[in-house]
Amino acid sequence: MPIQVLMPALSPTMEKGNLAKWLKKEGEAVRSGDVIAEIETDKATMEVEATDEGTLGKILIPEGTNDVAVNTPIATILADGESAADLGKAEAPKAARMPARDVSSEVAESRAPVGEGKPMISDPKRPAGTAAEIPEDPDIPAGTEMVTMTIREALRDAMAEEMRRDGDVFLMGEEVAEYQGAYKVSQGLLEEFGARRVIDTPITEHGFAGVGVGAAFAGLKPIVEFMTFNFAMQAIDQIINSAAKTLYMSGGQMGCSIVFRGPNGAAARVAAQHSQDYSAWYSQIPGLKVIAPYSAADYKGLLKAAIRDPNPVIFLENEILYGHTGPVPKFDDYVLPIGKARIARAGQHVTLVSWSNGMTYALKAADELAKEGIEAEVVDLRTLRPMDTDTIVASVRKTGRAVTVEEGWQQSGVGAEIVARIMEHAFDYLDAPVMRVSGKDVPMPYAANLEKLALPSIAEVVEAAKAVCYR
Amino acid sequence: MILPASGFDMAASKKSVAQAADNGSESGSPPAFTREQDLQALRDMLLIRRFEEKAGQLYGMGAIGGFCHLYIGQEAIVVGMQMTLGQGDQVITGYRDHGHMLACGMDAKGVMAELTGRRGGYSKGKGGSMHMFSKEKHFYGGHGIVGAQVSLGTGLAFANRYRGNDRVSLAYFGDGAANQGQVYESFNMAELWKLPVVYIIENNRYAMGTSVTRSSAQTDFSKRGVSFNIPGEQVDGMDVRAVKAAGDRAVKWCRDGKGPYILEMQTYRYRGHSMSDPAKYRTREEVDKVRHDQDPIEQVRNRLLADKVAEDELKKIDAKVREIVNMAADFAQNDPEPDASELYTDIYR
Ligand SMILES: Cc1ncc(C[n+]2csc(CCOP(=O)(O)OP(=O)(O)O)c2C)c(N)n1
Ligand SMILES: [Mg+2]
Repeated sequence: MPIQVLMPALSPTMEKGNLAKWLKKEGEAVRSGDVIAEIETDKATMEVEATDEGTLGKILIPEGTNDVAVNTPIATILADGESAADLGKAEAPKAARMPARDVSSEVAESRAPVGEGKPMISDPKRPAGTAAEIPEDPDIPAGTEMVTMTIREALRDAMAEEMRRDGDVFLMGEEVAEYQGAYKVSQGLLEEFGARRVIDTPITEHGFAGVGVGAAFAGLKPIVEFMTFNFAMQAIDQIINSAAKTLYMSGGQMGCSIVFRGPNGAAARVAAQHSQDYSAWYSQIPGLKVIAPYSAADYKGLLKAAIRDPNPVIFLENEILYGHTGPVPKFDDYVLPIGKARIARAGQHVTLVSWSNGMTYALKAADELAKEGIEAEVVDLRTLRPMDTDTIVASVRKTGRAVTVEEGWQQSGVGAEIVARIMEHAFDYLDAPVMRVSGKDVPMPYAANLEKLALPSIAEVVEAAKAVCYR
Repeated sequence: MILPASGFDMAASKKSVAQAADNGSESGSPPAFTREQDLQALRDMLLIRRFEEKAGQLYGMGAIGGFCHLYIGQEAIVVGMQMTLGQGDQVITGYRDHGHMLACGMDAKGVMAELTGRRGGYSKGKGGSMHMFSKEKHFYGGHGIVGAQVSLGTGLAFANRYRGNDRVSLAYFGDGAANQGQVYESFNMAELWKLPVVYIIENNRYAMGTSVTRSSAQTDFSKRGVSFNIPGEQVDGMDVRAVKAAGDRAVKWCRDGKGPYILEMQTYRYRGHSMSDPAKYRTREEVDKVRHDQDPIEQVRNRLLADKVAEDELKKIDAKVREIVNMAADFAQNDPEPDASELYTDIYR
């Protein structure tokens, strides 16, 4: 039976790609291992090898075709003795592709107003200067043009704008310059700003994080990219002991304006050492600000704010979200306030609190819950430190019920902190104990079935929300 | 010497530090292999090559996920080094580890099934391509964090010294990894405490898209131990005989209690860094030239043919290797995924 050649995946998160070139023609003999075509994505180019012997029977996807979904049949190979007449019977190879990680394709951008006006409480134990004084998002005047872009582009634009604005801002990290970023986030920056300001480092995280902090002591404003935050564990001493504590230790003399950014959390099928969520780790540290956005507009507006902030900022991105698109206001200078949560969806029955890719589960769960008559209010924290307690508490006072959603671990997690704050500030308003949906208490397994189980799911969020609603 | 771009000189092994073990073959080509040694090397290198080709295909079909770093082009290093080892010597490496495991004698089926995330894999499907181990074969992983294996390998040597046995540990790492700080912290301790560890730097000229000259102030990696008084050699890592000869010197040095030894293996990876690699940082001509002029497997094949081994005989070896690899691939695709209960096992013991 003729065999179908399927569009292969080049990377753990690839969903589609372009068929750049056919290297074999219809009717040409192919041997197992022959390169028959080249495919590419925005990240990479790869050769497609034949896995079977025979003749290239029919090319189903012509070269030059863009956005071919992974697993689409792209050609058929006829075994010896078969002819074009057999083409109709083609069969797909056995190993079916595991579905890519379940992540929503649309980035919710609803700017639904908060039910109540100004937040009414502030934390008595916390000094002023955190959530209560944080300004609202800038008003987006009616008629502002919105540009749809990927989160990857939003990040790049944010860096480029800040680098144009301030000559002290520079970018350093592994593969950020000539390679255009391991995840193509810094695309084009070397070209525009040159090798003085877009700097490829050796693989020496502890060293270059320290170099960045030292440069910031001297007044520069480094953006230090970690290829992923898993590798920032090599550098965490410089981040915490040098970047976070020096302002305090110097009695306010010597601060450091520096951004540490890169993808955080689980990608797909990259196993335990490459799949950790560090939200809780950094959010524990006084002296750091920690940002973990979800929507494209927030990625842009908050990265610009982070670069301008005079403090060390940890900017946690998410690889799964990089390719997702959303509308970003076409402002000359779209800067959002650090420390302000956003109501991503208004509702009155239960509050779901999340951030970063956790929002994917929360928003989809809210859709499901709505079908059953439960209106969930979804709070996108955006910043983990300082945490916008007021927005969370205002929502919980309205709904009386809450569920936190995170990909990281539960013990000493960000969810645990949120629960504690709700308990401290809205205990009397609660109609049910707050529940946490999180990553399971295990290192991330590689096997597809186990990885799925280890991560939170939409179903778990729905179940928890119903449980706190006693439904 | 044939790699113009880098200025590598692979033709002659070079001692870098005065007190490097007497290499005895200053004059050029390394000691000849017997026909049996060549046949063995051919078999072992072919197994790795065919295994990796198959892994690449299975990745494209979606049977393997995540990162998958192929070893194609570098086979002579692990095969030559393995020929120098004795029972109980330990091996540790990074994430480009399939070749090391096969060379250690780990079962192709178990390795392939780990790549597909199945229960018959060496880590029951929980570790994947980058994280496999075999206590039985003294293979200590399979590590995803660049440079981590260097300190760990030094610790294996520490245990040997502590116990007073004569085992040697081999710690493999890349040219990129060689810039990590813990490498030098380890070098210092290893020389200070005379630990029996061979540091094998697999210099394939690139770390992802960064060439050695763009990342390293000192590109002669055999000299990286100079300030710690660790001897080092540059070795033609495409010639399995040169690898074996240098490996013998290094392993003897360690077994004799003289402390650590550095081998810079000059080599080349034919494929991308991992499956997703834009490959814009080098030309196809550069890759083709190494493949054509220096392929480690072709070198052995040509020697055997010159030695009047029948072409047919070599074809039979290849067929046998392909059969092993196909069986491994079949197993790896049909073995069930781990049981859901495995999610919570092996966290503590
Ligand atoms: C601490 C750390 N930083 C970065 C990475 C990402 N990374 C994986 S492999 C690699 C390149 C390593 O190159 P090299 O040491 O030369 O080994 P090769 O891949 O050439 O075998 C990088 C940067 C990582 N896994 N760990
Ligand atoms: Mg390398």
